[in-house]
Amino acid sequence: MKSLLKMTWMEAKLFLREPVGAFFTLVFPLMMLFLFGSMYGNKPIAEFGGQGSIDISVPAYTAMIIATTGLMGLIITIATYREKGVLRRLRTTPISPLVVLTAQIIVLFSMTTLGMLLLVIAGKLVYHMHFEGNAFSVLAGFTLSTLSFYGLGFVLAGLMPTARTAQVIGMVILYPMLFLSGAGIPRELLPEAIKKVSAFLPLTYVVNLLRGLWIGEAWGEHLLDVGVLAGILILGVVLSRFTFRWE
Amino acid sequence: MDTIIQVEGLCKTYGKTVAVNEVSFDVKEGEIFGMVGPNGAGKTTTIECLEGLRKPDHGTVRVLGVDPQRDGQILRTRTGMQLQQSNLPERMKVWEALDLYASFYPKATDWQEMLVQLGLEEKRNTPFSKLSGGQKQRLFIALALLPDPQLIFLDELTTGLDPQARHAIWDLVREVRSKGKTILLTTHFMEEAERLCDRVAILDHGRIVALETPAALIRNLGSEERVVFSVDGSLPPAFENALSGGNRLEIQGERVTIHGKNHRAVPLVSEVVELLTAHSVPFRDLRTEQPTLEDVFLSLTGREMRE
Repeated sequence: MKSLLKMTWMEAKLFLREPVGAFFTLVFPLMMLFLFGSMYGNKPIAEFGGQGSIDISVPAYTAMIIATTGLMGLIITIATYREKGVLRRLRTTPISPLVVLTAQIIVLFSMTTLGMLLLVIAGKLVYHMHFEGNAFSVLAGFTLSTLSFYGLGFVLAGLMPTARTAQVIGMVILYPMLFLSGAGIPRELLPEAIKKVSAFLPLTYVVNLLRGLWIGEAWGEHLLDVGVLAGILILGVVLSRFTFRWE
Repeated sequence: MDTIIQVEGLCKTYGKTVAVNEVSFDVKEGEIFGMVGPNGAGKTTTIECLEGLRKPDHGTVRVLGVDPQRDGQILRTRTGMQLQQSNLPERMKVWEALDLYASFYPKATDWQEMLVQLGLEEKRNTPFSKLSGGQKQRLFIALALLPDPQLIFLDELTTGLDPQARHAIWDLVREVRSKGKTILLTTHFMEEAERLCDRVAILDHGRIVALETPAALIRNLGSEERVVFSVDGSLPPAFENALSGGNRLEIQGERVTIHGKNHRAVPLVSEVVELLTAHSVPFRDLRTEQPTLEDVFLSLTGREMRE
C-alpha cells in the first residue's frame, strides 16, 4: 500500500513534468473552450436543441480528454516503460509491476477528472454554463467512459512494438476520432455521411452519454451508449490479458 | 562457507538456438564470481535463470536455498539485481528513484546514506536522463543495494563506461564485497574479471569451458609467454636461426616480439637475452609479458568474430 501511494505520487509528478501530456489534458481543452466561447458565446442555439455552444462543449471536450489520456497518455507511457526496460527493472523487486499500472490508471483518471473540472469551472464562471443533470450520474457516466477507454488503451499498448509506433498509432486513431465523433466539433454540424461513420467510433458513445446525462436525460435513453462502452471495457480487460507484455 | 548459488545441469533453448547447455557451478558466500564469454555465450540467460526472470528448460537452480521460479518473491526481497537493459523514467530524479524503490522492501537500508556512499549526493535532484553512464550505473548499484541483500547480480556493469568510471565502479564492487555480500557478475572485459573476481567461469556456446581462480586459469591454460624489445635496424639472420624451435618471432618496425611456450626449463627471457648478447645485438626496452586472462580466454574461445 505504501508502495502504491509512493508510486502514484511519483507517476503524478512525472505526468506533470511531461509538458505535452499535461498540455493536452489540462490546457488545450480550456483553450478550445475559450476560442469557441469568444466566437459564439453561450447563447441558446436552435440547432443545439436550445443549448448554448458552451453547454454542449463542456461534456464534449470532457470526452476529448478521456480519449486523449486513454489513447495517447496511457499507450505512450506503457510502451515507453516497456521499451526502456522500466517494467523490467520493476520485475526484479518484490513489488508487482501491476502496482505501476494501477498507479498509472489512478493518475490518468485524476488528471482527466481535473481536466473536466477546469472546463466546468471555466464554463460556469466565464460563460454561465447551464447544467441540468445529476452530478453523481454524470460522474458515473464519466467513470464508465474513462475506464472503457483505458481498457482500449491497454489492449493497444500491448500491441505496440515501440514507443515511437505507439505515438504514431495513437495520433492516427485519436485525431480523426476527435473530429468525427462530435467531441471536437458538435455533431449537429457534421454532415449525414460523416454521422454514419461516427457510429463506428467508440468516442461517439462517450459524447452521446455525457451530453445526455449533462442535460438530465435518463440512463434508460442511453442504453446503447452504456452497452457499447461496457462491452469495450469488458473486451479491453479480457483482451489486454493476452496482448500485454512486460518486455 | 555456505553455498549461496547451486546450479546443476541448467539448459535453456530459444526455438532452435541452444542458449545454455548443461551448465553447473556453485557460488560460495562472500565471493565475487564472474561469468565471461563472447556475445551469445549464454551469460545473460544463465543470470536471468538465477534471477527468476527466465524459466530453465532443464536442470536445478537454487539461489539462497530457494527455487527462483517457485519462490521468486523471497528471492526478490533478499537479492539486488542490476540488469543489462533497464532504465528509469527519464524525468525521475535520483532521490525520487531511491525513495520509491526503498518503499518496495520491508527492511530497506537508509537511501540518504547510500546517496553519499555512492557519490551521488550532488546529483540528488538530477533527472535520470541527465546522468552520465557511470552515474546511471552507480544509481543502479544503489538500487540493488537497497534491500540490504545477501546476494547481488551485476550484468555487464561497466559496458560502455570510460576507464575512470570503470575503475570507480570496481572499487565500489570490492567495497560491497568487503561487507560480506556475495556478488555474481558477467562481463566481457577480461581485465575486469581478472582484477575483480575470486573465481571465473568462461562460457562458450552455452557451456562452461573453464572454471577457476583467474590466477589458476592463467597458470594452467596460459600457453605462452612473450619477450618484447626494440632494436635499431634489423636483426641479424643468425639470431633468428639460433632461436630454438617452438618460439615464434614477430617483427613490427623496430619492435620485436618473441612468443614462447610457457613452463619451460630455461626461462624464455634468459634465452633471448643470452642470444642477443652472443650476437651483439643492441636492444632497448626489453620486457616480458605474462599471459593474461584475455590470452586464456582467446585460446579457449578462439579468435573468430561472433555475431
